[in-house]
Parts: sequence; structure tokens; C-alpha cells
Amino acid sequence: MNLWNRLMCYCRRRSPWLFHMNSGSCNGCDIELVASLTPRYDAEQLGVRLEGSPRHADILCITGPVTHNSVEAIKTVYGQVCGPKAVVAIGSCPATTNVFIDSRTLDGPLNRHIPVDVFVPGCPPRPDAIIQGVAKAAEILAERGNQLPVESVMVPIGESACACADATQHAVSEVQP
Amino acid sequence: MNLTTALARLLIFPGLLFAVPAAWFFLWVERKTVALMQGRIGPPFMQPFYDFIKLLGKSTPPRNGVGGLLMMMWPLLAVSAAAGAVGLLPVLPSSGGFEGDLILLLALLELPSMCVIAAGFSSRSIFGEIGSAREAALSVSYNVVFLLAIVSIAASQHTFRLEALASAAADRPSSLYWLGVLAILVCLPAKLHINPFSLPNAEQEIYSGPMTEYAGPELAMWELSHGLEWVAATGLVATLAAPHLAAWWLAAMVFVALSFVVVLLLSVTAAATARLQIDTTVRFYWQCTLIFAVLAISSALFMRFKS
Repeated sequence: MNLWNRLMCYCRRRSPWLFHMNSGSCNGCDIELVASLTPRYDAEQLGVRLEGSPRHADILCITGPVTHNSVEAIKTVYGQVCGPKAVVAIGSCPATTNVFIDSRTLDGPLNRHIPVDVFVPGCPPRPDAIIQGVAKAAEILAERGNQLPVESVMVPIGESACACADATQHAVSEVQP
Repeated sequence: MNLTTALARLLIFPGLLFAVPAAWFFLWVERKTVALMQGRIGPPFMQPFYDFIKLLGKSTPPRNGVGGLLMMMWPLLAVSAAAGAVGLLPVLPSSGGFEGDLILLLALLELPSMCVIAAGFSSRSIFGEIGSAREAALSVSYNVVFLLAIVSIAASQHTFRLEALASAAADRPSSLYWLGVLAILVCLPAKLHINPFSLPNAEQEIYSGPMTEYAGPELAMWELSHGLEWVAATGLVATLAAPHLAAWWLAAMVFVALSFVVVLLLSVTAAATARLQIDTTVRFYWQCTLIFAVLAISSALFMRFKS
């Protein structure tokens, strides 16, 4: 790998810009995603920025069990994100359709429609699990560049709190009295 | 100003070699200040550099014809105009300059915002068009005050030459002069699209405004031009407010320090305020600040006729 590629890899890992998309979520995971940007968790320390336009994003964060109405929108937005890109499925819904399984209004799970890189299970997942998922997606993005994902990664439940402690410890200690 | 000094000013100091790292530094200071004011830790020091390199490595959506060409051209034009404006600043003592370079500087400072307007309309996105329309309305409001303030300073010093303006003002500063500098300072948040006047790129409200359709290297150029605008606009205030110093290294250090103070002041204002509505913003510039600008220019002209 030459110097420019190594620099690019280094910078991609440190600058994940997110675009958040709701595919029929109950709003629980959406709140947790916003919570991961707030002072207590402060994902901006990892270079995370929540972008308004999918054109600017590197990582597409999708919540919700994928309703029939949202399938075309998901495909459109996935196409609008410029490569190299990664997809993080937040919550149990996009992974398994969760409690809405066998509903006639659903067309999930998410990986039937677009390739998913990281699943962050939980109903809803903790903000530190979401941050770990995004950090893992940024790592995957840096390594594989423009190729399509080979297999998905699952953020283990319960482990995330310890793994992300380093990144958020300082932020948490500042907020707590 | 001969060709060598012109090139040295454009490419080395205060031009590209200084201005690009300074642009990244100021962008970082802005984000870090907002983070600290919100009780967060904020992005690492090299974050704007990481973002820039990452954006260079991303792909852009395919665009055909004149529209695609124009969309590629606007950010490049904005970057070169902002870099030219930084290069014109009379930072070092006796660094040259020519009669009327103030007018060129004002034109170059205005070009990036023209490019933003054009970019929003040529992207043909509805959010881009709303952002561009807001930018146009904003630009009409603050530019009247901005230009009147600068013309009043120039008229009170009898010159349109930046270097003479900066040194003459440092020798015998009048209250009128400081009123002009204050008026320029009030216009800077609107010029740099930061709170409370962040209407054109109102994030979460109209997505990313004129930048909505931009991606990859083109977006990197917009980020860079925004940073260079920070350097040029704060640098203008810094050169106008700086004392006259003979040693070049001292003048450069004072310039950097004053720019940093202005950036800090603007970032704190941005973090402490919320976005105003477009009609409130336009009313603010036309009703509240225009009176001071008109007072400044009329007294400057009056004093000129008296002397």
C-alpha cells in the first residue's frame, strides 16, 4: 500500500459522517442515535458528524423494521450516498424485524434490500453500542474502500459498554457531578 | 508590487502555504469552541484535515453537460477567490500593494458567496434553491452595511490602498475608525454563515442548503473555501485593528493572534445564539446596523470636506 492510500485509510477511519434514516422505527433507536451525539457520549470525539444530505455521508444509519413504503426510499438513499460507503443497522428491527415479525406491512429484514456492514442489536441499543457500531463501520470502510461488503459484523450486546469506555469515559466524568 | 512579491504573497505568506493550515485550524477552533460551550470534548485537533483528505477520496455522482461542469467550477472559483483575498491582506510591513487594492479585496471576498448562490441554483435541488435564495437575501442585507463601513474607513483616511489604510489608522486612530471596524465585525457572522445568521446552510432545516447535492472532492473544496473565508474575513479585521510594527515577524505574530481572537469571539457568539429567521435577520441589518453605517460614512465625508 502506498503512502497516499495509507493516509486515506487513516483519514477514513477518523472521519465517519453519518446520515440517519428511519424505515418505520418506533423512534426509540432514533432517540438513542441522537443521544450518542450529546455531551454525555460525544461521538464527535471520533470525528462523527450527523449530516443533512446523504451525498455528504459515509455511513448510512438505518433504524426500523423496513415497511413496504420505505423500501424504495431506502434503495434511493443508498444510491445517493457516494462511495465508499457503509451501512449500520441500528436496533433489533432492521436485523430481524423484532416484535413486528410476520406483519403484512413489513418487507424486512434490511439485508434483503441493501448490503449491511454492521448490526447493532438492542431494543433500543445503548448509545455506546451505537458509537461502537459506527466506529467498527468506519474501520471496515477504511479497509475495504469501494468494494461491496462480504459479510456483516454484529456488535455483541453487553460488551459495548466496556469497549467504548475509553472513548466516552472523559465525557461522562465531566458531566457527572 | 512586482511579480515576485505578488507570487510570494499569494503562495507563501499570507497566501496558500499559511492560509490552508490556518483555515483548517480556524475550522477546528470553531467546532472545538462550540463543543466546549456545550460541555463536550469535541473533535481532535487534526479533524478538518482528516475530513478534507477523506472527502478527496470519495466519488462524485455522475453529471453530464454544462450543469455538471458549472457545479464543478463553482467551488474551484470560490477557493481561488478566497485564497486571492487572503493573499491581498497587508500583513507584513512595507509588503507592497497598489492603489485600489481595497476594491479588489472586497470583490474577492464577495465572490465565494456569489459562487454559493450560483451553486445552489445550478444543483437544481429544491433545498439548494431555498438556501441560495436565502443567501442572496442575506447578502443584499449585510453587504450594504459592510461596504458602507469599509468605505467610511477609506474615506476618513483618504485612500483606497490597504497598506496605507492599515498603517495610517494605526498611527492616528479615531473613534470613527473603530466604529467602522465594529460594523465590519457585526457583518462577519452573516458573511461566514454562522449562528445567529446561519440561514443559507441551515442544517436540520433545509438539509445542507446550497451544498445539498455536492459530494466528494467538490465538497472538500467548499469546506476549504469556507475555511479560507474565515482566514480572509478575520484577517481583514486583524489588519485593520493591528498596531503598526516594523519587525515583520512581530507583525505576522500579531496578525495571527488578532485573527485567533476574532475567530474565538465569533465562535462563542455562534455557540451562544440560535438561528434567526430570515425576516428578522434582514430587519436587523437594514434597521439596526444601517443607521450606524450611514452615520459613519456621512461623518467621514463631512470631515473630508471640512479638512
